Amino acid sequence: MIPKEVIMKKVYRMENLCCANCARKIEEGIKKIPGVTDAKITFMTMKLTLEGEDSLFDGILAEAKKVARKVEPDCEILG
Amino acid sequence: MTRRQKRDLTRVLAAGALFAVALFLPLSGWMQGVCFALPYLVVGYPVLRKSVLSLLRGEWMNEAFLMTVASLGAFFLGEYAEGVAVMLFSAVGELFESYAVGKSRNSVTELMSLCPDRATVLREGEWVSLSPEEVGVGETVRVLSGEKIPLDGTVLKGRSSLDTRSLTGESLPRDVEEGDAVFSGCVNLSGVLELRVEKPFEESTASRILALVEDATSHRTKTETFVASFARWYTPLVIALALLVGTVPPLIFGEWSVWIYRALEFLVVSCPCALVISVPLTYFGAIGGASRRGILVKGSDRLDALAKVRSLVFDKTGTLTKGVFEVVSAEGENPKEILLIAALCEQYSNHPIALSLRNAWGEDLPNRTVSDLTERAGLGVSASVDGVTYFVGNEAWMRRQGLTPYPTDAVGTRVFVGNEQTCLGVITLADRVKENAADAIASLRRLGIRRMTVLSGDRKESVERVAEALELDGFSAELLPEHKVEEFRALASASSEEIVAFVGDGMNDAPVLAAAPLGIAMGGIGSDAAIEAADVVLMRDDLSALPVALSLARKARGIVLQNLVFAIGVKILVLVLCTLGFADMWYAVFADVGVSVLAILNAMRTLSKKN
Repeated sequence: MIPKEVIMKKVYRMENLCCANCARKIEEGIKKIPGVTDAKITFMTMKLTLEGEDSLFDGILAEAKKVARKVEPDCEILG
Repeated sequence: MTRRQKRDLTRVLAAGALFAVALFLPLSGWMQGVCFALPYLVVGYPVLRKSVLSLLRGEWMNEAFLMTVASLGAFFLGEYAEGVAVMLFSAVGELFESYAVGKSRNSVTELMSLCPDRATVLREGEWVSLSPEEVGVGETVRVLSGEKIPLDGTVLKGRSSLDTRSLTGESLPRDVEEGDAVFSGCVNLSGVLELRVEKPFEESTASRILALVEDATSHRTKTETFVASFARWYTPLVIALALLVGTVPPLIFGEWSVWIYRALEFLVVSCPCALVISVPLTYFGAIGGASRRGILVKGSDRLDALAKVRSLVFDKTGTLTKGVFEVVSAEGENPKEILLIAALCEQYSNHPIALSLRNAWGEDLPNRTVSDLTERAGLGVSASVDGVTYFVGNEAWMRRQGLTPYPTDAVGTRVFVGNEQTCLGVITLADRVKENAADAIASLRRLGIRRMTVLSGDRKESVERVAEALELDGFSAELLPEHKVEEFRALASASSEEIVAFVGDGMNDAPVLAAAPLGIAMGGIGSDAAIEAADVVLMRDDLSALPVALSLARKARGIVLQNLVFAIGVKILVLVLCTLGFADMWYAVFADVGVSVLAILNAMRTLSKKN
């Protein structure tokens, strides 16, 4: 368990995400990234809520972008 | 339509035309193949590109790749038309899906255009136009007639009526004057208002509602979790079945092309998109539709809970009753005179009962000489009216003057009026039941709410009277605020199989709202505690929104279940028919795209303006 103090939570906008099933797959993929405590993609608002260890956050975000592009080649996570 | 949608539409239309031509050209063999390849490439290009790209990244179990395999497979088997159809119709389906999602997203953000983008603020003696984010608490903003109020504030100068429809769904304008609190998102209908800003932009009412509604679909329901795990297993399962169908039977019976064709049909049906999209789309539409009616639902899961509610517990004061004392009866030789004397003697008092007495008299008080006014806290007042001494107050006050209280059967708070000789009469005040409460309760009964009870801190007789008047199933009275939570828990556990919701106004029942499995707050506009603690907020102080909220929630839940059964049912049916050879690829295309479109159309019903 990662202690609460070092967890960071951020919301990102997503672009070119055009299928709900892909959103689900990306979400599940992001959840498996080490250091991620929770991830949620709300397809209706095209938002990704990412929660993970603060010190690893940059790496997590880069990895999340990779996961997204693997499932949906044009998909972008902004920010 | 977005640019992307327009581009896709052009693609679909062009491919459709080419496809029609190819269908009618009397060609055969490879010439025919070339003719069909044209529309195939036009409409299928994005899918082909995507499947190659994701294949390069090591991802092959996606819709694009499976579509590519299915359609190319059909081509190689010489079923050109089917090959094109798979691509063409899936493009149509996707276009439709993106249009539908965009439309419902817009209908929610349109409602949320209640946040104005400019505020006119006083800076160094001049009015300047700024973005509301830049305005700080304590600054003065000006709102002209026809403009939206940019930030929550208090009226410093001016009077006007406000259109609160976008916040509360209420069409009657609300009058405001100096000192009144106003909320962002309301439209100033008449005069010019100057406001003192009380809350920064992000914490103002309109912004908070926007955030809540936008965020609502991120709280997932059990159904969504089920759909997600279904989707996780469905695609691999169907692919495995396709492999099985494409290899095992032909090894036994031969006829490779027949069985491979059937396997390709499986691939066409392998995308669970219809299901995955229709559930959040339904909830999003319903939550958006509800907020347009002044009903704020804080999550899809709460909407689902609302649909399942079979039992309600109400708070009394401010929820079922107005929370203001009103005169129910005036008794005595001359009731009108009794009321007048009471109003005259109480004319300078700030006590809520004094206020109600003056309101009950209604007209201006006649010019009589009132002198020697004395007030005794907890008892009443005495005063001399045109030289006669009167006593106005409770029973104890009468007994103190040696008077026998006037006899009465009326239930409520009693105010006696007497002179030095005798008690002349009695006025009874009570907290009145809201006008539309009975109708709302009746509607709730018709919606199948089995048990409705009331909780209150008030005296037993008063609570009982309200419970009887509204034909409720029970009541608990004389509860201290801290005991309300315990009492609610006891009531809720007594009916264990159902979800019990609590309906309150958030004034002193915020703990119960928070503790209840489903807390419904009334008249939430401006009440932070209520919005914070509740799961559902009725922005308008009006019980009739409750049955509306309930039917909306049930409608949404119904649609979700229909789509679930329909989509899974059709897919399984088509898979069986394909295996047995009763269905060609057109059926598979229908099971994929047709079902998706129908499920989306069904989900879009939540956006309809009618209830």
